This record gives sequence, structure tokens and C-alpha cells, in this order.
Amino acid sequence: MADTDDILTVRGLKAYYQMAYFGIEREVRAVDDVTLSIRRNEIYGIAGESSSGKTSLIKVLAAAIRPPLKVVDGSLTYRFGDLEIDPYKARKEEVDAIRWKHLSYIMQGSMSVLNPVRRIKHSFTDFALRPMGVPKNIFWERTKAHLERLNLSPDVLNAYPHELSGGMRQRVTIALATVCQPEFIIADEPTTALDVVVQKDVLAMIRNVQQQMGSSVVFVTHDMSVHANMADRIGIVYAGRLVEEGPTRTLFTAPKHPYTAHLVGSLPRIGDTSAKSALEGRPPNLADPPPGCRFHPRCPLAIEKCKTEVPPLATVGESHRSACWRADDVRPLTTISHRAEAVL
Amino acid sequence: MFAVIRDLTRYNIEFAIGCLLVGIITLFALASFFAPVAPTMIYTVPPDMPPSMTYWFGTNSRGQDLFWQLSYAFRNTLTFGVLVAIISRIISITVGLLAGYLGGWVDRVLMFFNDIFVSLPIFPLLILVYFVLRSNLDMFTLALIMGCLGWPFDARLIRSVSLGLRHREFTRHATFSGMSPRKIMFEEHLPYVMPIVLSTAIANMIWSIGMEVTLAVLGFTNLNIPTVGTTLYWANNHSAMIVGVWWWILIPVVLIVALFIGLFLLTVSLNEYIDPRSRLRRMGGA
Amino acid sequence: MRDYLTFVLKRLLQLAAVVFAGISAAFFITHLSPISPVDMIVNRVAAQASVSPLAIMELRESLSALFGTDLPLHIKYFNFWTRFLVGDLGPSLLAFPTPAMNLVMRALPWTVGLLMTSILISWTIGNILGGLGGYYQNNRFLKAFGVVAMGVQPIPYYIVAFLLVLLFGYFWPVMPISGGFSINVRPGFTFEFIASVIHHSILPAASLVIVGLGISFLGMRAMVSNIVTEDYVTYAELAGVKTERVVFFYVIRNAMVPQLTGLAMALGGIFSGTIITEQVFAYPGLGALLVSAVNAGDTTLVLAVSSIAVVAVASAIFVIDLLHPLLDPRVKVK
Repeated sequence: MADTDDILTVRGLKAYYQMAYFGIEREVRAVDDVTLSIRRNEIYGIAGESSSGKTSLIKVLAAAIRPPLKVVDGSLTYRFGDLEIDPYKARKEEVDAIRWKHLSYIMQGSMSVLNPVRRIKHSFTDFALRPMGVPKNIFWERTKAHLERLNLSPDVLNAYPHELSGGMRQRVTIALATVCQPEFIIADEPTTALDVVVQKDVLAMIRNVQQQMGSSVVFVTHDMSVHANMADRIGIVYAGRLVEEGPTRTLFTAPKHPYTAHLVGSLPRIGDTSAKSALEGRPPNLADPPPGCRFHPRCPLAIEKCKTEVPPLATVGESHRSACWRADDVRPLTTISHRAEAVL
Repeated sequence: MFAVIRDLTRYNIEFAIGCLLVGIITLFALASFFAPVAPTMIYTVPPDMPPSMTYWFGTNSRGQDLFWQLSYAFRNTLTFGVLVAIISRIISITVGLLAGYLGGWVDRVLMFFNDIFVSLPIFPLLILVYFVLRSNLDMFTLALIMGCLGWPFDARLIRSVSLGLRHREFTRHATFSGMSPRKIMFEEHLPYVMPIVLSTAIANMIWSIGMEVTLAVLGFTNLNIPTVGTTLYWANNHSAMIVGVWWWILIPVVLIVALFIGLFLLTVSLNEYIDPRSRLRRMGGA
Repeated sequence: MRDYLTFVLKRLLQLAAVVFAGISAAFFITHLSPISPVDMIVNRVAAQASVSPLAIMELRESLSALFGTDLPLHIKYFNFWTRFLVGDLGPSLLAFPTPAMNLVMRALPWTVGLLMTSILISWTIGNILGGLGGYYQNNRFLKAFGVVAMGVQPIPYYIVAFLLVLLFGYFWPVMPISGGFSINVRPGFTFEFIASVIHHSILPAASLVIVGLGISFLGMRAMVSNIVTEDYVTYAELAGVKTERVVFFYVIRNAMVPQLTGLAMALGGIFSGTIITEQVFAYPGLGALLVSAVNAGDTTLVLAVSSIAVVAVASAIFVIDLLHPLLDPRVKVK
């Protein structure tokens, strides 16, 4: 099944927070049995509510996890040219060697990812000089060219992070993450803290970079409109599990999981005057998830079977998978289906 | 409360050792209530006797049985520490809760004074106080003065917690249901800051006892009251180390160090219990 | 640059205000003392030799004029400041008629030298070790160092100094335990004298370093264990930035700023510490001078020592403050 066109293959991945204090052991299943693959030259969006485990998932993909979060099972394989590597099985030096050169990461919270007491140019040398592996003068030439390509003035190199605005800092961070032209870029909530106008710029910038370099991008956000604008494919995460995955258009027009239908239905549209129905209840406590399908306590379509048996992520259409016993009965919330069409 | 203490002793070795050390010293201090001699009497036993079955801690050059002498000394020293802790707790709780809950100009005025007290050089100040009061400086006056100096850091801590509580749901409920600010502060908020009050009280005792020992050793307190500091003062005064009466110095030093380490372990373990971040760190390490 | 100058000027004003308030407080506290310096000197002179009552009367009158004891407090206060500004505080009582200021100036270099050396050593080493200890939390040596530092921290500074005297003065007598230099060496710019000064300063400095090292180690370690969770550190680690670079330029460099503030705030306390060190080791500095002045009831000398200590500590804090904007670009110098 491993497609040579896949740059990342994830199989049965489980990552838990394992904690023990005062004799009480707790296990939070933040990523539970996730299987997915990312192709070359595509933008893959991961969507879900807060505390659905989507941030944990993307951190696991980026090999950016720290105890108490640990990978307990499954595999994760990157394929960069002839190099095949599972960051959780490789040595630290091997993982460090692919960072920035092949795999780079845009962390959540652009406000605080740059060292406050160092000028931007020092961050560039710290992060990118070694992976790029060229003499300093060529490095600066390339860095300045890259900044200009992203419509950033090379003057920002002399600034301190606190001298830049939030949007500017996020753009600098993206430039920093992409300066080595990596094949795989992971972005965690790249637009969350930004105002709408700046958001648009930053998204355009990410897409611009992706198109110029032909890289693959995986990003996380809870904002479905960003997914609609950016992603080629979307994976929907609920309570630590991947519940549906498919091409963006398919997911927006013909979702096969009631949770996706609700996420899509919550999107406001121009001219749409229908009342938005919020989903009842909250995502389950991942330390003690409900049995069966984890969505069943909130699901309008739930039947007895859902309470006891875990639905598998089954193929329901052209590169479209869904984990629902009643996938065939899911209907998009009618008011939006044709409008979403117009947007996409 | 008891469940917390049980958990702490079971899973936190620092807490258990701290309890043990402080407990032993307290018992030793309580023994003074059964002492056969008054602490101020001198030449009641043969001087300069090394520790033996009769005189467990030996006797000093002033003819006092060091066991009972030190028992009195620790009682006074502990009383002093508790007294300072109580006085400074009263001030720091009042200031902290008032500043945190009322905010506005009350907060600004209180924090202005707080900043002044934080920057006072306390030890030189106490020396100057001794310079003025001389032998009128008894233990209660000293405790009062130190209580009035030892509150600002803790008041700031309590204020920051109380600031957070002010915006919590239950405070709003209490306010809307017509509870008086005084009642909210002392019945609703005080229980929340109690763990901090406890741990800072112990830290405060370490500070005040250390200060008392230092002042007394230099001869800057009333030297007729037996405390750990004055015991060391008299030992130095009689050149105990040079004449070879080592037990007069070694035993009090060992005991006071044990007390300090015990109290310190208690604050450390309590702080860890209070601060969720360090708890998380411990979980991560497990 | 202009901004920096305004910043310096502002701090200078602050320094003046602190010095004024501190010295005024010392003046009023010492003048609460019921001891009259005139009586003290007269009694001492009268006890030493048989002097005619008339001569004593004259002495009393001239001393009253000198100390201005009969004047009301606010005039005394005013006179004190006019004399202080020209560096004259009147004769000390302890070593009458030597001016108190001379005694203070003689003692000052000893204290400043001792403090500067021990602070530099303990702060630098403590911060580097603490930084490493916070970053490499599982390193055995650093963990053990932390346990020792924690154990020393609650013990009053006096006891630590005292234990050093016991250890190296009595049980294993390898170090001189009192004085600033050997009595058989003549002060001067000779190798012998300097060696003797260094030899005599080892124990007092060591006692200050032991305590200071522990404090800066623990402070730095706590600071660093917070900073390592900051996004910019996590991010640099994730990007595969070299570990040494992360430790020094991302972690320790950022923790330096609050540690420097901490040092400035601790200076007053460190000065209190030297009072004790100098007393324990009979070191000829300001602290020992203050203690003898207090014991002798020497108001003039107590006031002189306090005033100079206030000026010294406040100036040191001023210098550290000036370094602040150079270390942290976020500090607004305006």
C-alpha cells in the first residue's frame, strides 16, 4: 500500500501522556491509533475542536514531543529521496540532520518562538546555516533572496523580535522555517493569534512558498474557513482519533461523518441567514474516553452499536475514508451545501 | 487536610524527613517544662564536664547542664520564631488580601509601602535598633520589630493569588449575593491562600531564627535569656573551642542546623505541593 | 545613545534620592540613642588621668561645641549634611580624636575588595553551574551540587562562617582565622604583603562564596527550568541548533537578565553578610568597624559607617542598573 509518492506514512500511531504522581497513574490517549499518509506537493489540513488531540498529533508528526507525552505504538516514516527515517527509531543526530534541511516546523505562538535577546539574523544563522551547508556569504545571499521572494525587507534581519508586529513576526518565522527549502513543512496553528487581514497575508505566503518549492505542508487549525481556503485534503480529528479524511471539496460538500457535518455546518457564509446549531456537550475526557465510537454521546445519529463497537476508518469513496457505522446516513446540513460549493 | 499530610509523608521523602527533624527538636524543647533547674542559675553542676551518662550533652564553663540549658534555649528560640511568624502573617495576610481584593488606590498605597519594606536592609537596621535600645531590647520587642519587617515578600505573594481569586466565578456570586468584602476576604479567599500562608510561615521562621542567632552571637540581644544564639555567644565568650569544651559549641550547632534543614525541607515539599508546575515536572520525570 | 544618557541621568537622580533617604534614616535612628558622646569622652578622659575639674569643664564645653549636642535636632541634621558633603563627620569616639571618616576610609578598601572578589566568583560560577543544572536536570554531579546548595541555604550565614573557622582554624589549622594580614608583615606594595593579604582573605571570601554560590546556583537553576519550557528554546532544540548554543545563547543568556536584577536586589543583604564575616574573622573592614562602634556607643562612627555603606551599596546597584539595557534589548532606556 506504501505509495512511493507518499512523503510521510503513519501507521497505527499511538501517543499517550503518561503521568504518575502521589501514587496515582494517569494515561491520556491524546493520539490513538492514527493511520494516514501525506503525498508530495500537497497541503494537508488537520481539523478539530480544542482539546481534540490535533495539536498533540501534529507535534508527534514533527517529532516535537516531550515527556510526559510519549509514542507508545505504531510507526511514522518519512521518505526524503532515498532517505527513509522514523524519527522515533532513529538516533538523535540522524533526526537533527533532517531538520530544517528536509523537515521544518512552524510552532504555535509566533509571538514567542524567537529568542527575545537575539537579533533576527542570529536566529537565521543558528537555525539555517548548518542545514544549508554553504559558506556565509552565499548563505546571506540566499537568505536575503528568500526574504525578498516573500516580500519581506532584508532589514528585518537587524531587528529584535520585540521590534516587530505580531504578523511580521509570524512572517519572519515562516521565512525562517522555509529558508532551506525543506520538502516537508509542518505548521501548528499558523494564523491563530493574528487578526483577519494579517491572517490572509500569512496564508497567501504559506501557499506561495509551497507552490514555489513544491513541498508538502501539514497544518493544524480549528478554523474551518482556513481549511477551505488552504487544504488539498483534510483530516478530521476527534478525541484523539482520525474520524474522517478526504479531499477538501468532498468533505465540505458530502461529509461522511456526523462530526464533520457539524464542523462544516458551523461555518458562516455570506448570505446565509440560517441559525447555527452548536454541537451539544464537550469533547470527551481523553483520560477516560467513552466506549465504542467516541463521538456517540454527542451524535444525533447514534445507535446501540455505536456505544459498544469502535467503527474502523473505512474507505467510503475516492480517497475518502470515514469512521462511522452510519456513514451512508450522514447528510450535509442542507443550508450550506450549495453555498460551500460557491466558495470552494 | 489529613489526607494531604498522609499523602505527603508517603510520597514525599523531603516532607517525611522534615517532619521528623522538626518533631525531634520540638520534643526536645518541650522537655524544658520538666527541667529540674532554672535556666538562669549558674554553677549548679561541675563545670566543663564532657558528655556522659549523667550529663548527656556535657556541662559548660558556667556550671550549667547543657541538656537542660539547650532545651530552654530551643524553647525560647522556637517561641521567638513562631511569634515573629504569627505577627508577620497577620500583617501579610491583611495587606495581601486587602491589596488583592480591593485593588485600586488601596492596592497602590499598600504596594508602595511594601516596596519600601522590601528594600530595607534588615540586619544593619536591627543593629541600629540595638544601638538605640541596648539592653531594653528583649525577645518580645525583637519579635515585634522583626514581625513588622518580615512580611512584604509574602504579602506580595498573597496579593497575587488574591488578584486571581477576585475574577473567579464564586467571588462574583458572593458579591452579587450581598456578602460584605470583609466576609468574602476572610471566609472565601483566606482558605485559598492558607497553604501559601503555611509554607511562607515556615520560611519566615527560618529567617527570623537565623537572624536572632546571628544578632545574639554578636552580642546584640539580651544575653541573659537562653536562646541558641546566646548559648553560642557565651561559648565564644569563654573561648570554649580554645579550652577544648567543644561540646558547648558543636551540640547547639548540630541541633540548630538540623532544625533549619528540617524546616527548609518542609517549605520545599509544601511549595512543591502548592505549585502545580513543579508537580508536573515531577510527573514528567516519573 | 541620547536615550541612554537620559536613562543614566534618571538613574542618577534615583541614586541621589535613595542615598538621601538612607542616610537621613541612619541619622535619625542613631540620634534616638540616649547616649551622649560628650559624656562618654569626658568620662573616658577623666578615668584615664587625673585632670583638674576646670580642665574637664573646658573639655566638656569645647566638645559640646564640636558635636553640637545642645542644638535642636533639625539644626543638627542640617549641620550633618553640610559637613557630610565635605567629607567630615567629626571625631570618632572609639579612637578619639581620629576623624570618623578616616577610620571608615581605612576600612572601606578591605570590605570592597573582599566583596567584589567573592561576588564575582560566586555569581559567575553559580550562574554557569545553575544554568547547566537547570538544563541538564539529570546530571549526577549537578544534582549533588544542588542538594548541597539546598542544604547550605537555610543555615544562617554566621553558622557557615563559624564552621569554617572550626574546620580550618582548629581541627585542621592551615588558614589564618583572624586579621587582614600577618602582624609580622609591613603594609606596602611588596610581594610578601600581598601574599599575606590574599592568604588571610581566603577563608572570609570562601565563606561568602559558599553561601553566594548556592544562592545564585539555585536561583539560576529555577530560572532556567522555567526558561527551557519557553517556546524559543523548544523551537531552537527542534531545529537541531547545537546544544551548547542553545544552553548559552538561548537559555543562560535569557536568564542572565533577571539574575542581574536579583544580584542588585541582594547587594544590601550581601553587605549584611560581610558584617558577620568580618566579625567572625576579625577582618579590618567596615562591618567589624560598625560592630565595634555599636559596642562602644560611638554615634559618630556608627553614622559614618552607615552613610558610607548606603552610598556604596546604592552606587553598586546603580552600576548594575546601567548594565541592564545593554543586556536586554527589551528594556526601554527612555
